Amino acid sequence: MKIKSNIATSENGFIFNPATGDSFSGNGMAALLLLAMKGGKSENEIKQDILNRYNVNQAQLDLDWEDWMLQLKEANLLETEA
Amino acid sequence: MANKYSNLCIAVTGLNANDNPGPGMAVIRSLKEAFGSGLRIVGLSYESLEPGVYLREHVNKTYQVPYPTEGTSALLERLAYIHQQENLDVIIPNFDSELFNFIKVAPQLQQMGIATFLPSQQQLALRDKVNLKDFGTKNGLYVPADHKLYHADELKKAADEFNFPMVIKGKFYDAYVVYTTDQALKAFHQLNAAWGAPVIAQQYVKGTEINIAALGDGKGNNTSIVAMRKLYITDKGKAWAGVTIKDDKLIALANNFAKATNWRGGYEMEIMSTNEGHLYILEINPRFPAWVYLTAAAGQNQPEAMVKMALGDDVLPYNDYHAGKLFVRYSWDHIADISDFQQISVFGEL
Repeated sequence: MKIKSNIATSENGFIFNPATGDSFSGNGMAALLLLAMKGGKSENEIKQDILNRYNVNQAQLDLDWEDWMLQLKEANLLETEA
Repeated sequence: MANKYSNLCIAVTGLNANDNPGPGMAVIRSLKEAFGSGLRIVGLSYESLEPGVYLREHVNKTYQVPYPTEGTSALLERLAYIHQQENLDVIIPNFDSELFNFIKVAPQLQQMGIATFLPSQQQLALRDKVNLKDFGTKNGLYVPADHKLYHADELKKAADEFNFPMVIKGKFYDAYVVYTTDQALKAFHQLNAAWGAPVIAQQYVKGTEINIAALGDGKGNNTSIVAMRKLYITDKGKAWAGVTIKDDKLIALANNFAKATNWRGGYEMEIMSTNEGHLYILEINPRFPAWVYLTAAAGQNQPEAMVKMALGDDVLPYNDYHAGKLFVRYSWDHIADISDFQQISVFGEL
């Protein structure tokens, strides 16, 4: 799942969709994840980074990732698959 | 550096910068930004308390002009007098209700040396609220269903078809979202008294409100298109804050309109973007919107481009603008002296 290329994100977690005018305030973790996704990192790479840096197990991370994807999808921030 | 535009004298209507603002002050701001301090702005007002009359740092001189109901002869006579005093280069009318007369006198104005850049009467009629649904159907555009109401008892038929809520709209201005028959009746009588028949009952469409400001070149193309999402909406349905957005579907919609009508001049499309992704056209206003300064702020100064086109110059179409430019409107108590009010009220000039 890729984040839409035109989505503007800031270091403090603010997200702006220039196609719809929707804006969102994310926390620090959201900012980090968006930065990594916009930088082209894969899901596995991002998850590995998190496992390396935070005290979290794989199962919990997978659940949280699923929830994160759901939020991005609901916010219309993900590229629609062809 | 001085150029051919530096010392223009441009007359502008729509100085009513109130809670349902006319576009005049935003047009003036855009022009001043483009052409500099040598530009002379002549305000054309209908009422003595239009705020722009008293904003002397923006409007060099204001003249009252006759109401549209007084007809084209009265308008032309008054404009001839103003031209004698001011040597006008361009006039930009900004009210829907005055456009019919201004379009009619445009050839005489041109003979006097005053340029305009207006649609034709036929173009004006095409997007009229009364004809909008037919226009949409003919051109494959989404427009909410409507009923033209000439009598209050026709409301029932509209309510039976659309259910509540529905929208009751005046012929020229104002619209109310109504939830009961009583509210619908009240809105009908208010709008009928203010603007005359027909009053329009329109299907209510739920979604995100988006407006497009654009400038048609009269040959089927747009010279500029800027889209804005409303972020804060007043109880009159006006955007009090908004942000520029960029979506190819919105650009395509405005281009379809220009192509279908050969629209000449500024216009505003009021759009409801539904969850299903359909863009419903709620209204097409035949002049710049009150938020038109945002087009200048985003990189496409539409009033500037229109003045150049009115003067017969070629203007290359803009092809990009800055998404994420925000406007937040505000109120301000401007102080004037009673002698100013007296001057405009008694002599019709300030």
